[in-house]
Amino acid sequence: MENTIKRSAPMSCLLYLALTLLSIFVLAPVIWLLLMSVSSPNDLTSVPLKWIPSTWDFSRYATLLDWNNGSGKRFLAAMGNSLIIAATASFIALFSGVLAAYAFSRRNASLSLMFAFLATIMMPPITYILPLYSVFSDLGILNTKMALIISYCAMLIPFAVWLMKTNIDVLPVEIEQAALVEGAGTVYTLRKVVLPIVLPAIGATAMLSFLTAWDEFFYSLIFSSDLSSKTLPVAIADFSAGRVTDFGVIASVGVMASIPPVILAVFFQRFIVSGLVGGSVKG
Amino acid sequence: MSSLFGARLQKWLLLAPAIVVLSLISFIPFVKTLWLSFTDSEISALPTVVSFIGLENYLYALTDPDFLDSIGRTLYFTFTSVSAEVILGVGVALLLNQQFKGRTLVRALIILPWAIPTIVNAVTWRLIYNPDYGALNSLLTQLGIIGEYRSWLGDPDVAMNMIVLADVWKNFPLVAYVALAALQTVPSDMLNAARIEGAGALRRFYKITLPWIIGPLLVIIVLRSVEAFRVFDIIYVMTRGGPANQTKTASFYVYQEYFSYLRSGSGSAYAILVAVISIILIIGYYKAAKKQNNTL
Repeated sequence: MENTIKRSAPMSCLLYLALTLLSIFVLAPVIWLLLMSVSSPNDLTSVPLKWIPSTWDFSRYATLLDWNNGSGKRFLAAMGNSLIIAATASFIALFSGVLAAYAFSRRNASLSLMFAFLATIMMPPITYILPLYSVFSDLGILNTKMALIISYCAMLIPFAVWLMKTNIDVLPVEIEQAALVEGAGTVYTLRKVVLPIVLPAIGATAMLSFLTAWDEFFYSLIFSSDLSSKTLPVAIADFSAGRVTDFGVIASVGVMASIPPVILAVFFQRFIVSGLVGGSVKG
Repeated sequence: MSSLFGARLQKWLLLAPAIVVLSLISFIPFVKTLWLSFTDSEISALPTVVSFIGLENYLYALTDPDFLDSIGRTLYFTFTSVSAEVILGVGVALLLNQQFKGRTLVRALIILPWAIPTIVNAVTWRLIYNPDYGALNSLLTQLGIIGEYRSWLGDPDVAMNMIVLADVWKNFPLVAYVALAALQTVPSDMLNAARIEGAGALRRFYKITLPWIIGPLLVIIVLRSVEAFRVFDIIYVMTRGGPANQTKTASFYVYQEYFSYLRSGSGSAYAILVAVISIILIIGYYKAAKKQNNTL
């Protein structure tokens, strides 16, 4: 639905006015977060505010990236935990998700099972949290990365199955049949025939899984208590909950935590829609 | 016969990893929570005797005004956030579907709020709303809109709406992206024909565009509603349920029942009731979506 008809001058004005308002609404909080992270504490506590910093102060970033410093250590440890947990959980979810998706697409696995899978992520996490907490406690894995990786897998698998299924469904089945006729096994066919074709979908699913895990807060808050497994969202909530009084420190932690997901989202922009609503829109 | 057996075995082998993980981490815990909801269980370091008390927890929950209020607040949050996100998202999609210079750049820009982690979003807006040094107070004072600084998150009448604003800012881009992708499938000759026949912009939108994009929109509305109904993280960071419990949502209520009051039995009953409402939401939307679009 491209609008190819020439616009009148007032319509053009209106269009650009709307675009300007939209850009301000979207950018203002982001720019303010960036500015806070490089403003001096004095600028940030003046009334009314000085919007442009009187001096540009990048020292908070240096502190955060310094392992020998208290907040630096807390931040870097949480960043490391987040990376390890999100990457491992996404990998496991993709692996089991692709296998299950193939069973649904090509081996007539029942769709009710698929809906049962999806129903598990529709439930609020508070319905799982307490039994999980006591089991993890009995197993002695509370406050470990393992507990979070396992929990995140359960969160990511149904989504991965659904996305991969919609992508495998639309593939022509003849190629796989040809491979099977020539005597290739299912694993070989899956690995050498199907996977290369659905590689873009796997990339999109991996990105969405990673972002979901990177964003998760509730399980991490309940299951982890110190640097060995605390993820970034919980560390940020800690930073902002009073231990730190300088807004600039909180802002700089926020900026750093946003860099990986923003890069991923911009890079994979065109996959986001097709990833989220599956086959119902060709994004 | 043996190859048929082989195919079935293969199917279950392919499904096995997913089934094992989901059973252990989702299905079994759910059943356990369901069981706990019929008991007087409490969280305690010492072994305690747990007895079955039937529906007592549920009867209590359904007559507990605090819990019912928290459900009401959660529905309010879900409804206002998601409607605002849909209206804003569709509006922005219509805007970005026009031809203008820098369109690619603006499209890339609006993904920013969505990509920023929820907790960072919550922290950022909490700083913006800060009663003493916040940017919102400063801006509105400098523009002459308010006379003195206000405590946005400390005022029981406005706190929830301020959280809604933060949530809308983060999540409208997703709706906009989905709507934009759907808009690009609307056949332009239909729109042009309607235009030539003299149909105004509003009429074209309601008669042609909206029916065309409603299917994908419903999918994203379901996803967003389910997510909004479980809201916890943004509340935890911005207000912890305050002021005067005015932002205490259902998830936060259950969280406190478990981890502040250590009542696992009644907490589980609350959790199951919240799950039941989620299920009703999901089924309602699913039916609506099916009606609109038979491919769903």
